[in-house]
Amino acid sequence: MNKTAVIIKREYITRVRKKSFIIMTILAPILMAALIILPTVLMMSDRDKDFKKIAVIEDGSDLFKNVIPNTKDAEFVYLENVNVNDLKGTFEEAGYYGILYISPEVINIPNAIQLISKKQPSIGLLDHISGSLEKEIEKQKLLAYNIEDLDGILKSIRTNIDIQTIKIDDSGQAKETSTGIAMVLAYLGGLLMYMLVFIFGSQVMRGVIEEKTSRVVEVIVSSVKPVQLMLGKIIGIALVGLTQFMIWVILTVGAVAFVKGTVLKESGLTEITQNMPQNILSEDNIPAEAEETIEALSPEMAEFSKMFESALNQDWLLIIFAFIFYFITGYFLYASVFAAIGSAVDNETETQQFMLPVTIPIILGLMVAVGTMQNPESSLSFWCSIIPLTSPIVMMARIPFGVPAWQIILSMALMVITFLAFVWMAAKIYRTGILMYGKKTSWKELWKWLKYSA
Amino acid sequence: MPLFEARNVTKQFGRFTALDNVSISVPEQSIFGLLGPNGAGKTTLIRIINQITGPDSGELFLNGKRLSPDDVHVIGYLPEERGLYKKMKVGEQALYFAELKGLSKNEAMKRLKYWFKKLEIVDWWGKKVEELSKGMQQKVQFITTILHEPKLLIFDEPFTGFDPVNANIIKNEILFLRERGATIIFSTHNMGSVEELCDNISLINKSKTILEGRVDEIRKQWGANEYDLTFKGDVTIKDNNLFTVLNHQDDNNKSTVRIKTTENIMTNDILNHLMKVGEIVSFNPSLPSMNDIFIRVVRSQN
Repeated sequence: MNKTAVIIKREYITRVRKKSFIIMTILAPILMAALIILPTVLMMSDRDKDFKKIAVIEDGSDLFKNVIPNTKDAEFVYLENVNVNDLKGTFEEAGYYGILYISPEVINIPNAIQLISKKQPSIGLLDHISGSLEKEIEKQKLLAYNIEDLDGILKSIRTNIDIQTIKIDDSGQAKETSTGIAMVLAYLGGLLMYMLVFIFGSQVMRGVIEEKTSRVVEVIVSSVKPVQLMLGKIIGIALVGLTQFMIWVILTVGAVAFVKGTVLKESGLTEITQNMPQNILSEDNIPAEAEETIEALSPEMAEFSKMFESALNQDWLLIIFAFIFYFITGYFLYASVFAAIGSAVDNETETQQFMLPVTIPIILGLMVAVGTMQNPESSLSFWCSIIPLTSPIVMMARIPFGVPAWQIILSMALMVITFLAFVWMAAKIYRTGILMYGKKTSWKELWKWLKYSA
Repeated sequence: MPLFEARNVTKQFGRFTALDNVSISVPEQSIFGLLGPNGAGKTTLIRIINQITGPDSGELFLNGKRLSPDDVHVIGYLPEERGLYKKMKVGEQALYFAELKGLSKNEAMKRLKYWFKKLEIVDWWGKKVEELSKGMQQKVQFITTILHEPKLLIFDEPFTGFDPVNANIIKNEILFLRERGATIIFSTHNMGSVEELCDNISLINKSKTILEGRVDEIRKQWGANEYDLTFKGDVTIKDNNLFTVLNHQDDNNKSTVRIKTTENIMTNDILNHLMKVGEIVSFNPSLPSMNDIFIRVVRSQN
């Protein structure tokens, strides 16, 4: 068997077999999914399950009789000729959740309304009440102007704006997108790239230091060339990273299918939201049944399911391809630098002086990637997505927003050239470094090693 | 024809010269001692033989042919700074090194079983290296060095870390390997083991060869005109035209003296003189230890 392959095999198998690898591989996507899904689930379950009956008492007028519509979990009972103070002590026994007391001055004094209850009412409930009342008060005020056919006018002016973002690719194919989802993807892509390059890059470094300090390296380089050992290690760990990534993709796809198939179906969301963007919502052209459902849904939920739809509209093939490409090249670039650093030091604490210049472009990349989410077209984002040291992270953040093909090609071409150059230089330093003990290495020293002959 | 030969090897690191025109010639099926103080350039030479680094100039021959990258398969190297992967299991690790030396898995397994049995470490096969004592680890390492049955073996300080019992086991294995046809380059500071094991030596100091040849001849050569004397009681002995005193020790009722005689002096003349000094207990031509020779040669050069 080819010796580099023997080394790759060892690096791969010893790592994949580790408990920490197995745990991370399975746990990470679950944690990620939990992080995304949990708020939604909480949002859904946050609505009080208990049905609430609320007594509505008006003081001296009947302006707001039956103005507040009932909802799925609240019924508004309009009580006439009841004194608030009489009911205050007994409303619970009478089966009411609370009393909504509307004073007649409400048209002029906005805070002349009280909701009396034993428990803190939810924001949703308050929104519902104040929304209904506001609408009614507005209507009353308009009525005072004696406009003819007011109802008709009101109906015709009711509007609901919903901006749809549609991305058109070069072939003219249009896709509905969501800026929100692009931001999330940009952030995830950039962050994941940052983490993977860092985690696996420093694994390479630790591996090299381990071999150097345990003095295994001298035995190995008497059998194989140092370059073979270095590349074997880098490739082996890259395969570990890709294995992990692939498992994550599969688990995520599975989780997404699950969410789409069960959770959203159950709440009947998907069908409604699919129609929603096409129509301007108005009470007239929505079937009564659907109207009820929509009423029951918080606007956040609708937004979520819409984002979910447009997430599926992203160019996943490009994203995954770009991710793998930038992972491999970016990782090779940084891992070889990490390997060179590992070879130059005697223990991990000594790495710090060399780590800083390596960390700076990575962290800069991440920072620019975060900025990219706000403004994907900025010239800083553009240059950082072209320059090889930052491009893996920044380009990943830009791709969900759409990047012209020539930019991707240029960025990738530069990346390939740079990573080859870095591997070549790192190999030269590595070859000398792994056999040098005891001396504290300086940058000047590294420069000298670059020029040594084999 | 020597099995291994290095001709005029020079190696520089920047401005520092690690090896300056060094040549060695290792006869087949012999044990060759590569000696020298710390920092003399031994490790560099060994690394060059192992093709870990290349020389700036000079030539290397194995079996009369130029050393080639494929020759790593017929060379076994036990470095002074040795180590194993701590978290890896002993057996897996031994297999890994064997595969790196080009052995097939099956063949490696067969040989590993034999050697693990022979050195009595079979029980440790499934253990992690970090659970092993240092001596145990050394045994594993020794096995991985010789497993591919190399023609040329290079041992750098092979006895460090072994207790006397195990050191003896390893010593016998080394002698056994030579008997079976291996040629061994042996680097050490332990001059006792040089006298015991080595057929030839080469002493490197400050990147140059300063002494080389057969061990017995070197000792004879350095011991020429030198005698060890023992007297009863304390004696006074001074340099004269017959000899010079190299060393003089008074113990309880006993004096040990080493003298170097002037050229062309008859032993009887010296004895005649010495009889007047005191009562002679013994009179022997001295064979200096390699230790003495080492110190004297290196000192004289410094």
